[in-house]
Amino acid sequence: MSSRLFTKDTQAIFWNNNKSAIQRMLDYDYVIGREKPSVAAIVAPTSSNKFEKFFYGPDEIMVPLYRSTPDAVAEHKNADVLLNFASFRTAYDVTMEALDLGKQFRTIMVTAEGIPERMARIMNQRARDNGTLVIGPATVGAITPGAFKIANIGGTIENIINSKLHRAGSAGLVTRSGGLFNELCNIIALNADGIAEGVAIGGDRFVGSVFIDHLLRMEENPDVKYMILLGEVGGTEEYKVIEAVKSGKIKKPIIAWCIGTIAKHFSSGVQFGHAGASANAERETAEAKNAAMREAGIHVPNSFNDLPQTIHQVYTDLKKQGVIQEIEEPEVREIPKVRKPKNFICTISDDRGEEATYAGYPISSVATPDTGKSIGDVVSLLWFKKVYPKWATDFIETVIKTVADHGPAVSGAHNAKVTARAGKSVVESLVTGLLTIGPRFGGAIDGAAKYFKYANDNNMTPQEFLAYMKKQGIPIPGIGHRIKSLRNPDKRVEGLKKYANEYFPSTSLLEYALEVEQLTTSKKDNLILNVDGTIGILMVDMWRALGYTEQEIDEFIESGTLNSFFILGRTIGFIGHVLDEKRLAMPMYRHPMDDILYDVKPAEEIK
Amino acid sequence: MAQKAIREYDGKAIFAKHWNEYFDGFHYDFKSVLVTSADELREKAKEHGFEWLTQEPLVVKPDMLFGKRGKNGLVLFKVEKPGDVTLEDAAKWIEEKQSHEVTLLSGQKGMLTHFIVEPFTPHTQDQEYYISATVVDNDDVLYMSAEGGMEVEEGWEEKVNEVRIPINMSENEMERAVHANVPDGIPDEAKERFASFAIQFFKFYRDLNFAYLEINPIVMIGNDAHILDLVARLDDTAGFLMKDKWGDIEFPTPFGMEDMSPEEKAIAEADAKSGASLKLTILNPEGRIWTMVAGGGASVVYADTIADLAGVKDLANYGEYSGGPTESETQFYAETIFDLMTRYEDPRGKILIIGGAIANFTDVAKTFTGIIKALEKYADKLKAHNTKIYVRRGGPNYEKGLKDIKEAAERLGLYMEVYGPDTHVTDIVRMALEK
Repeated sequence: MSSRLFTKDTQAIFWNNNKSAIQRMLDYDYVIGREKPSVAAIVAPTSSNKFEKFFYGPDEIMVPLYRSTPDAVAEHKNADVLLNFASFRTAYDVTMEALDLGKQFRTIMVTAEGIPERMARIMNQRARDNGTLVIGPATVGAITPGAFKIANIGGTIENIINSKLHRAGSAGLVTRSGGLFNELCNIIALNADGIAEGVAIGGDRFVGSVFIDHLLRMEENPDVKYMILLGEVGGTEEYKVIEAVKSGKIKKPIIAWCIGTIAKHFSSGVQFGHAGASANAERETAEAKNAAMREAGIHVPNSFNDLPQTIHQVYTDLKKQGVIQEIEEPEVREIPKVRKPKNFICTISDDRGEEATYAGYPISSVATPDTGKSIGDVVSLLWFKKVYPKWATDFIETVIKTVADHGPAVSGAHNAKVTARAGKSVVESLVTGLLTIGPRFGGAIDGAAKYFKYANDNNMTPQEFLAYMKKQGIPIPGIGHRIKSLRNPDKRVEGLKKYANEYFPSTSLLEYALEVEQLTTSKKDNLILNVDGTIGILMVDMWRALGYTEQEIDEFIESGTLNSFFILGRTIGFIGHVLDEKRLAMPMYRHPMDDILYDVKPAEEIK
Repeated sequence: MAQKAIREYDGKAIFAKHWNEYFDGFHYDFKSVLVTSADELREKAKEHGFEWLTQEPLVVKPDMLFGKRGKNGLVLFKVEKPGDVTLEDAAKWIEEKQSHEVTLLSGQKGMLTHFIVEPFTPHTQDQEYYISATVVDNDDVLYMSAEGGMEVEEGWEEKVNEVRIPINMSENEMERAVHANVPDGIPDEAKERFASFAIQFFKFYRDLNFAYLEINPIVMIGNDAHILDLVARLDDTAGFLMKDKWGDIEFPTPFGMEDMSPEEKAIAEADAKSGASLKLTILNPEGRIWTMVAGGGASVVYADTIADLAGVKDLANYGEYSGGPTESETQFYAETIFDLMTRYEDPRGKILIIGGAIANFTDVAKTFTGIIKALEKYADKLKAHNTKIYVRRGGPNYEKGLKDIKEAAERLGLYMEVYGPDTHVTDIVRMALEK
């Protein structure tokens, strides 16, 4: 493990969508000029959102949201810090789940106060066995100035700058108290040159890492020139530090003070400070520990009030010896005072630069024939934000061409024609046609993809699938044609199948669908896989071959992406019909009355 | 505080509730009552199920979290000879013990309010064993001895066997370790039985989230376990998991600790209702230096510094407010302190420390508005007690907070010095005392 707790590249997964704490981290990132935001992802188990917006300096960025830690980890392999902001009821489970995922997390910070002691001990031991550093429970966290800060530690940006927490100094700081951590940073900034790394270990009795763990690491960390330890009455952790100093394991100078000298005046009953702060024996009192540390050669002031002078003295001596160099103060970026959240987000195109782009590609790079790009490429960029391979864009184009029109009698085309004859414009006539598209008209593409994929995902045999659909009371979408049959196949379907067999890396769902077709056509000749079904099923095969997860494909289906291909293609046909009407200048259409069955009973009397 | 002592009676009730689940092969007859007066005991004896109170000889002792009751002469088990205590003897004894203040050998003083009454168990000294479990450093430790009773603490090293059980020790290893450490003094024929009991005792202690559990002595007569004396502390942070298993458990104030004053109680009630933290302990109502400090860590260093520089007698109170209290909560907290500090004269005048470290996210100006309102209300009283006020604070919006409180002091004619984060957090104590 590196001797540095965090670097400028460290990224965290933040468990719990604690917006103000995350915003403080991102403000800090911006001020110190980090390249990547320090929060890679958020785990919010009850949220159905996919991201949360935050400010990054004057701009906004989106931080992805996941329902579970494993989901977040799968997408963010570089995030090696987990900031566990779960409550005392769930913090244990969150940590244990993260440890079960293996070694991704180098550090887990647990903020909850009052986790049951036995659970805290199990959690801490499990982390130690896993080689994971736990900071907390009951802590505000840790900071490596100029690199990474956890949540609220350091307070406001103004205080961070005043306390020199925006750039590395030379002290390593370890405290138990989180409330005094800021104060100590301020003291060190006023009397020395700030800190290189700081950790508040947490106030509960059983914390995952103790003073000695951090001081030993800081001893190895070349950025740390001397260490400052603020202990507390109760416990014996300070004696481990004394041992390390005596045995020479720690050679860098240490300044230390244990607070809680007051406790000696009161036999029992008054709890001064944290849960961990209760002296069970003479050697656990603040006095005894301060005396023992002084005796071991640690710099211990006479009182907390004298701590600043001691820090100043040690710092000045180290500077005289040349151990500490003068620090050049870095430029600091300023956070704008007023920031307005954006109401709209666009992730597909951008018209702000020299030339507008589709998913980052200038329009000219896909538009003209010499680019070799087709409408399928434009669809893949604007709909899926990706450059699809040629076999896929050609398929998309084939689909659009195939569905472009199906004659004037289908309901959408009919509606468009009737509207055009009422004297409405192209766009008005077009949308009446488009508004007809839905579960009964064109919807079979969505439905076929959805049900065939479901059956295939759940390893249903064709027989089981048929039985399942029968039980649902739904005719199988994408199966059946008015006139076409096995003996009189649909040429469009033949063409799509031929293309897929030739160019698709694999067609697993199509193969499944054809097995189903064998079964349905054995019952009735025209129960074939129709053009809608073929398109829906082949789209799934296309996405599978392009490496999308089953879950992502399900989301495409749910959001109506498949229907979009039908809408896009059929728009061409509808416009054709509308223009046709305009050209023919046909009069207003009125449906013949003899074609309507009137069945209205006359009222007996009018009241 | 995470570890909280419970009454012997409640500890035994938890044993009884889970006995069959944990203590396979052993029998425990839970006959015990907790009473607060002699009359309550007499009434209890009339209830169905408590006939044993009139039928069997009794043992009575206070059940108020303190130990060494035998040495303090606070166990009634004989009138003439052991095992002859009747219900009326017990009632009279309780009446007598409640008629005056009791001083323990430790110096703790107080009135006795709770008594535990149980049947007398005839047994011999060599049937008394000792068993306890607690956490030392990061490990559980099980202590076992063949010699129970009052004297176990003398010669602890020789008499008591210790088994260290790290948190990740397997069940099998734990059982082997307990078997291997059964005290020599336990007769060979009883060793297996004792080991079995000790293992189940440890599991019970562990699963029910005890922080400390001691039976001294435990008397084993055949498979009958008699828990003669019990001390228990629970890890109250596990309360949300143990609601059903512990039942409706009470965490009493330790004996000898004075009951909270009305002011301390009021602050504790406000604390319970608030998402913020409000704590107040009065150390010396006539003390000269009063503190109103934000933050747990800061409150400790102020108390340390006052005791160092002025002496502990001058320190009137200990407490803190933190976690973003509302304006009215802060005002209430401030008024409570101002009221307390203007009750007794001090010829040197009073000192009020409004202190705090640099806040992480509490809005300083907002909390100070509550203090300013309290100052307005108590300005005359504070002046009458010749109060000098010293303020030190940092954090979000501190400039405005400090400016506002300074203006208020000038307007009200109060003596006040105001400092920000450039001044060391506790240095105002030195300044106040040098004045």
